[in-house]
Amino acid sequence: MKTLEELHKIRAEKKKELDLRINTKADTREKHILVCHGTGCTSSKSAEILANFKRIIEEKKIENVRVIKTGCFGLCAKGPIVIIRPEDTFYAMVKPEDCEEIIQTHIIEGNRVERLLCKDIDGKKVNSLDELNFYKKQKRIALKNCGIINPEDIDEYIAFDGYLALEKVLKEMTPEEVIEVISNSGLRGRGGAGFPTGKKWALTRASEGKQKYVVCNADEGDPGAFMDRSILEGDPHSVLEAMAIAAYTIGANKGYIYVRAEYPIAVKRLEIAIKQAKEYGILGEHIFGTDFNFDIEIRLGAGAFVCGEETALLESIEGKRGQPRVKPPYPAQAGLWGKPTLINNVETYSNIAQIILKGANWYSSIGTKNSKGTKVFALGGNVNNIGLVEVPMGTTLREIVYDIGGGIPNGREFKAAQTGGPSGGCIPKEHLDTPIDYESLKEIGSMMGSGGLIVMDDTKCMVCLAKFYLEFTVSESCGKCTPCRIGTKRMLEILEKLCSGEGSEFDIYKLEKLAVNIQKASICGLGQSAPNPVISTLKYFREEFRQHAIQKECKALECKALSKITVIQDKCKGCGLCQKHCPVNAIEGKGREPRVINQDKCIKCGTCLTSCPFHAIGN
Amino acid sequence: MDEKKTNQSTCKYNCNKERSPFLEELFSRYQPEKDNLIQMLNEIQEHDGYISLKSQKELSEFLKIPMAEIYGVITFYSRFTLKPKGKYHIAVCLGTACYVKGSQKIMDRLLERLQIQAGETTPDGKFSIEETRCVGACGLAPVFTVNGEVYGKATVQKLDQVIDELMKEEG
Repeated sequence: MKTLEELHKIRAEKKKELDLRINTKADTREKHILVCHGTGCTSSKSAEILANFKRIIEEKKIENVRVIKTGCFGLCAKGPIVIIRPEDTFYAMVKPEDCEEIIQTHIIEGNRVERLLCKDIDGKKVNSLDELNFYKKQKRIALKNCGIINPEDIDEYIAFDGYLALEKVLKEMTPEEVIEVISNSGLRGRGGAGFPTGKKWALTRASEGKQKYVVCNADEGDPGAFMDRSILEGDPHSVLEAMAIAAYTIGANKGYIYVRAEYPIAVKRLEIAIKQAKEYGILGEHIFGTDFNFDIEIRLGAGAFVCGEETALLESIEGKRGQPRVKPPYPAQAGLWGKPTLINNVETYSNIAQIILKGANWYSSIGTKNSKGTKVFALGGNVNNIGLVEVPMGTTLREIVYDIGGGIPNGREFKAAQTGGPSGGCIPKEHLDTPIDYESLKEIGSMMGSGGLIVMDDTKCMVCLAKFYLEFTVSESCGKCTPCRIGTKRMLEILEKLCSGEGSEFDIYKLEKLAVNIQKASICGLGQSAPNPVISTLKYFREEFRQHAIQKECKALECKALSKITVIQDKCKGCGLCQKHCPVNAIEGKGREPRVINQDKCIKCGTCLTSCPFHAIGN
Repeated sequence: MDEKKTNQSTCKYNCNKERSPFLEELFSRYQPEKDNLIQMLNEIQEHDGYISLKSQKELSEFLKIPMAEIYGVITFYSRFTLKPKGKYHIAVCLGTACYVKGSQKIMDRLLERLQIQAGETTPDGKFSIEETRCVGACGLAPVFTVNGEVYGKATVQKLDQVIDELMKEEG
């Protein structure tokens, strides 16, 4: 247990000590080596790098240097990342064996290790994080502490104004005042639907009942999205603090965090955070000497996409099959075990403390008319800078893909971007300048979703993409309601027909009809939005569907049955690489003459396509 | 054959067999409340690699939940399996970021190599295959994992190499 005075003391002391993390001119002799420990970098051995640094420092008895594990820096494509502060030197793709050189050259001799400096897309080496184009247009609110603090040390969170908002709320504000601030800030749910957060809190507060619950939805099921995971891994206390504020506001004393079991690092850091908060008396009884009690438990999901739907999630916390309930009643009236329950998403919570501290006006000054603040996106697919980005609402897709993302690799063309995962839609080239906010994305047939943003180049077949998402929804449909259970399956069958060259124009008509019916008749958000990937691809790439159905042609060469792979004779230099790689010896020709593909032998595996250095293979 | 016979003459739930020390320990940590079911299943899956009939029966008695309901929960969530996984559990990420970068080709090759379907284990119990959705290493896409170890920027050739090595190790 810590008294408020003790917490203030920790904050003051640590603030001074950690100034070098955010201030390049910090007055200190210390150096901090920050090693990214997000899932991406951990997969490429950042734990070994951390251990190596520690060992070398100990062996060489170097003083005034600390090695710290942090959450995600965002630029996953360049991982594992090591940053040295206060000078803010950014080393990319560091290997465990590079540690020795970094310590010797950088720490002892005071020079940069040139070969490990991160390079920008134009090939220019950058000295510090802020010089990278990737970071220039970003604004970090939800990710404020990610990559700066050690997520497993509560003192470091406290140093950067952690738990100050909770103190302010408990000591100075009434629940009504909190709701007013959150409502005025314009914050909307970041899980996808965009329901105003203040209104949700007010509704749950107004519900009658002695027992109420606060739930955090960390069941991030959208394939290719990792925003919530990164927040939990990099700054778990921000979620705990916000849940406590929410609990005080609506009158709850118990909270649950429902997190995917597939996120072992996030789960572990949450467990540590909860334990530390309890030890400090920030969770538990009589928090900060008031009458407010609050406790948080973790519940693990077990791999069901539908559990991201709020009522299905509640069923799952209760230990049952995660099947959605019919709404109304909404969770605000009857949620967990029938009691009023507030459910918010991880990213929504991670904004709360700062809104309380900096005020509603500050937050609402960022963003567009109806969408305030920032949004975190997991940028992936055919884009140079894969990683985690946080931008103000209203940033255009072009800025995200080209300025932050660094454009499309391998000299390819942008074809489409997909937002909102299996519930969202595709955005084609002509809408690249759409400002990203809830309304404008909806208008062009996509949705904000939780924040997955996958970029596709011109080698992707849109019919296949629609099929890919339908395969996902079919396997994740919980089976409760007929339109979703059977309807999505029928849609998938039609798409399979189209991809295998057995479809007709009538199939496209049937697909559209089914899509609308499923949207209208399904019980929950999963079913209602399942046809979206099909509807949006049909809207913008109808010609491609028709090519599949009528001309029996797949221009992207992804549908094997419809693609005839040939060598473009005037581009072929006769190098013979394709011949060497072809697994079935279907490529004929010798010497320097252009090659020819024997269509009877060809199995359309595409190996020649990827092995040709001259882009001389096409259809 | 003999082994099968003795099993049949007793009981398919292994009722007469003693509760494993792991289950004893697990049951001592949890209250017998219904909402603990998924938590406990997660721990059993983690420890045993699958959920055996014996474990289901024990859970049913401990939590006072019918066997059918437990079966319903196990089959609903993709993390739970009723059969043991292989010695080498290979998971290919089919999240969108990996899919866009060609992970389906890697999956197809894996199925071809091992001659089983996703979710199955080879008859010798050595290999099993899983389709996963996003392991979180999108920066390394496409990825596959072998017993949790991540292989990034994967190609069909790389996969072949890994499998060849594992098969060689196993003889």
